[in-house]
Amino acid sequence: MSEKNGDLLLQVEDLKVSFFTPAGEVKAVGGISYQLHHGEVMGIVGESGSGKSVEAYSIMGLLQSPGRVVGGSITLSGEDVLAYDKHQMRELRGGKVSMIFQNPMTSLNPVYTVGNQIVEALTTHKKVPREEARRRGLEMLELVGINNPEKRMKQYPHELSGGMRQRIMIALALICEPDLLIADEPTTALDVTIQAQILELMKDIQKKTHMAIIFITHNLGVVADICDRVSVMYAGRIVETGTVDEIFYTPTHPYTLGLLRSMPRVDAESYERLIPIQGTPVDMLNPPEGCPFAPRCEHAMKICLNQYPPATQLGEGHMVNCWLMQKDQVLEKEA
Amino acid sequence: MNEANASPTTTAPGDGNVLVEIQNLKKYFPVKGGKGEGRYVRAVEDVSFQIHEGETLGLVGESGCGKTTLGRTIIRLYDPTEGRIFYRGQDITTAKMLPYRRKMQIIFQDPAASLDPRMTVGEIVGEALDIHGLTDTKQDRKDRIAELLSQVGLNSEQANRYPHEFSGGQQQRIGIARALAVQPEFIVCDEPISALDVSIQSQIVNMLEDMQAELKLTYLFIAHDISVVRHISNRIGVMYLGKLVELTESYELNRNPLHPYTQTLLSAVPIPDPQKSREKHRMILEGDIPSPINPPTGCRFHTRCPYAMERCKTEDPPFLEHAPGHFAACHLL
Repeated sequence: MSEKNGDLLLQVEDLKVSFFTPAGEVKAVGGISYQLHHGEVMGIVGESGSGKSVEAYSIMGLLQSPGRVVGGSITLSGEDVLAYDKHQMRELRGGKVSMIFQNPMTSLNPVYTVGNQIVEALTTHKKVPREEARRRGLEMLELVGINNPEKRMKQYPHELSGGMRQRIMIALALICEPDLLIADEPTTALDVTIQAQILELMKDIQKKTHMAIIFITHNLGVVADICDRVSVMYAGRIVETGTVDEIFYTPTHPYTLGLLRSMPRVDAESYERLIPIQGTPVDMLNPPEGCPFAPRCEHAMKICLNQYPPATQLGEGHMVNCWLMQKDQVLEKEA
Repeated sequence: MNEANASPTTTAPGDGNVLVEIQNLKKYFPVKGGKGEGRYVRAVEDVSFQIHEGETLGLVGESGCGKTTLGRTIIRLYDPTEGRIFYRGQDITTAKMLPYRRKMQIIFQDPAASLDPRMTVGEIVGEALDIHGLTDTKQDRKDRIAELLSQVGLNSEQANRYPHEFSGGQQQRIGIARALAVQPEFIVCDEPISALDVSIQSQIVNMLEDMQAELKLTYLFIAHDISVVRHISNRIGVMYLGKLVELTESYELNRNPLHPYTQTLLSAVPIPDPQKSREKHRMILEGDIPSPINPPTGCRFHTRCPYAMERCKTEDPPFLEHAPGHFAACHLL
């Protein structure tokens, strides 16, 4: 896989996802675009309701009613994923693209043994004989750091600890050597020492397999640790995207800045009062006109309340959607 | 338990008076049914410390370490299995709690679950006033509710609404208003921000700090997120499997963590700084936290400790003062 390193793997173009609820249409994802290359780890950061998971679910065709892709395209290795039929989608899931979820207990099947689930993944996607599948399953369990894999294969998910279950999930996700792994808050439910174990494991495996990862999280520390690039989402849009260094050292969007300033840091050497982001997260049923962050933004101008800002390119991959980038022109016009 | 009898004391901010003291506190829960029948979950095992007036004592540890149980036992939401609890020098281990409920309050982790969905915000906050007979007239009561709501950044019209009409951050504000209604001196904050969105967490942290300054409150702040605990606390206690393993001043904990568990805990927290993150050498702990039903013998951390010695397997290390105000329980020290 490594020879493909750097080639384009996934292209998402103006993706729009809506949920049609009795209370009205919720535009969970309001038109996002990004590219992901082979071997790249991209973080998607945002709060609950920002659309970060919904966006990832639509790549896997896992959106549930009343959710629907209403616009845009998703192209994986040159193929239009949104045009896939049921059969092709099944091939994709767990084959070319895998996913790990926040809560391993609800995503493992409680009535099958660990071994059963791993073997099933392989025999389904790779058409290998059971014996071969079992052997590769054992190897994979060893790779994800599970002691005594023979014994674990015979156990059920409830017999394992949270950290161990998440390792099993990772083993399951990786067994078919996917090109892309989508990790949706994979360490959020875990204790911090276990989180450290899982992050080290994921970095290690990524180095060995060169798969691309979309890492969805609200934890900026985790992003700094594992990602190459970051997209910051707010109210269904990517408001800023760039390399980790760009996002952490030269954050530009007021929301990105706000997130970074509002967090206490474990490496702080003295007390500094936190600077919170004012207001409350957006009500996605009645999102504000214009830039959704404007009502909470200390720099908001008139135009921010009426019109969504265009993307401004700051560096090669550093983009931000904020009217402040054109502040002078905007103020001139308003005057 | 003999060494731990000497309760850790340190100079703390405020006037230094001891407000809350616990001595050799234990809380066991009986296991019902299944394999463990007849055995006990040893949630809190022999913990002693003092909380001084006006300070914030933080408690950190991973899930199942007993920090929440300890917090709840201190305000007698659970009855201790053994040990004693003092409030302003009064032994409240078995006392009738109603008068003390005016002094000791709690803010819970899940604001939605801790507010009665069928009561309006005004009723929720007002109930505390009624129980303790704190207001004389209807107008008095209404004014006081309005005052409390404005203290936590809500307005008085919102008193007629129900909890589900509020966002998570606002619900937590209601929970805080309820705790403040009786004008307490001491509040146990049990993971008060972990259920909230990142951008809301700092609002609540700042509010808790402001209230402490304004109302001279004393906090026991319990959380698994060591960055937040360190930010808000004057001193921090680190718990592992029901035991207090280290206790010291907040910034000292970073500069000079003595217990190997504290060291790994600090090293495991991801830093939101890519450069530091790349340079950081992580201490990765092997394995999982053992069961508190059948905790390891000797030092409870020995099964995962990178420095464990023979002695650690059999002998429980005493909780001793290694530098002024810096306590830890480890044979290495």
